[in-house]
Amino acid sequence: MSHHLVALRAIVLREALRFVHQRERFLAALVRPLVWLVVFAAGFRAALGLSIIPPYQTYITYETYIVPGLCGMILLFNGMQSSLSLVYDRETGSMRLLLTAPLPRGWLLFCKLLGSTAIGILQVYAFLAVAFAFGIEMSAAGYVAALPALLLAGLMLGALGLAISSLVRQLENFAGVMNFVIFPMFFLSTALYPLWKMAESSDLLRDICAANPFTHAVELIRFALYGQVNGMAFLWVLLSLAAFLALALWGYDPARGMVRRKG
Amino acid sequence: MPDTASHEPGGLAVRDVSFRYGSRTALDGVGFEVAPGRFAALLGPNGAGKSTLFSLLTRLFTTRDGRILVAGHDLSRHPRAALARMGVVFQSQTLDLDLTIRQNLSYFAALHGLSGREAALRIDAALERLAIADRAGEKARNLNGGHRRRTEIARALVHRPSVLLLDEPTVGLDAAARAAITDHVHRLAAEDGLTVLWATHLTDEVTDGDRLVVLHRGRVLADGECGALRGGRSLRDYFLATTGADAPEAVPGGPA
Repeated sequence: MSHHLVALRAIVLREALRFVHQRERFLAALVRPLVWLVVFAAGFRAALGLSIIPPYQTYITYETYIVPGLCGMILLFNGMQSSLSLVYDRETGSMRLLLTAPLPRGWLLFCKLLGSTAIGILQVYAFLAVAFAFGIEMSAAGYVAALPALLLAGLMLGALGLAISSLVRQLENFAGVMNFVIFPMFFLSTALYPLWKMAESSDLLRDICAANPFTHAVELIRFALYGQVNGMAFLWVLLSLAAFLALALWGYDPARGMVRRKG
Repeated sequence: MPDTASHEPGGLAVRDVSFRYGSRTALDGVGFEVAPGRFAALLGPNGAGKSTLFSLLTRLFTTRDGRILVAGHDLSRHPRAALARMGVVFQSQTLDLDLTIRQNLSYFAALHGLSGREAALRIDAALERLAIADRAGEKARNLNGGHRRRTEIARALVHRPSVLLLDEPTVGLDAAARAAITDHVHRLAAEDGLTVLWATHLTDEVTDGDRLVVLHRGRVLADGECGALRGGRSLRDYFLATTGADAPEAVPGGPA
């Protein structure tokens, strides 16, 4: 096996082992969307009427509508959380250790990204299993088709986290970024309401939602869960992934020195 | 590819390295060479620029001013070849506490392309060398500070580097662990022919036979064999006199 693949396997395995030891993180990742699904959706079901929009072919309950958005939420939190661990790692040194490996830095960062995305996807499937128990069922093919969509969306959101972690120097700043990234991205998306519902209140709001990469991640997952490909969402997610990756690579470029700290 | 211009292919060479944080100069024309198999102490008070130099040596970031050669490999032109020959022990603790000693070392071995039986053999050898082989199956969390440090040194040796860099490796350790670690690493240089750069602000970690580089305010103030440099004085007195009295934190046994 080549040096690159040996390192990839080890980095992904390390992420997995660390995750296994963080039971509270797994529980939080599972409980958060479930609270939304059970409490929030139950309250909003009455208030929000949903018309039939693709990919749905019949009237759906609100719970069914928000499941893909909650999958996206898991990936969003996971991506931000693993970049939080990068900022923390950088402080404590294990990120520095990783960067002393004799491999291209871009590859090392990509391995890290793939590892955290894999953890995110596991969480999503755990959530989908619980949602299934609550009666929100997809077809078997839908669960399979969702995998590449989740992978792409997870990589994109992880790359965003990676880019942010390279630009943020301190944990305190990072807490602010969480508030300014996670909440706007989640609420200004189609995770909770479809675009036409947003347009009812404001066209500007709808435009922001339509441009939000997270919207496209959610739509990609939504269509995939019903065995369909949303080409527009796919392109948006792919382009966002490329942009965020480029930003992260720039941020971690040793000559640019975003990693520099006063010392 | 080895740099033939280097006279000391196994050692470490820092040549005219400067670095600035914005308008503040952290390193100003720093240069010294460490011959293969030598133990060199980089002695300097806090804020002397040791951490910045370590960041440059480990390529956390780079500078265009000056050159760094690791075992003959230019760090900026052939970073991967240089990094492959280098073992690093960082000042901050970098073990995964929930993983076992062996898992920690396996992870690192894989970063250097080692896996399977080859990795297992090297890990055993490194743990044996640092006398912690019997703890291999334990979680890092269960180890005391001294043993965690030993584990990190063992980890830095897994890929058989020729240059070992340690950034204030005894910070936070008690006197006995500090002496044991210092002694261990001196033996690595003397017995295994490893080139060692040991950054510290504690004069009692340096012996007369060591190469001594005194760094202060980003410049090299003295460079030579420790015994010859200090002459009749204690190293502590020599160090205080060289760096001026404005470095009380350099006094060993002083307030931490």
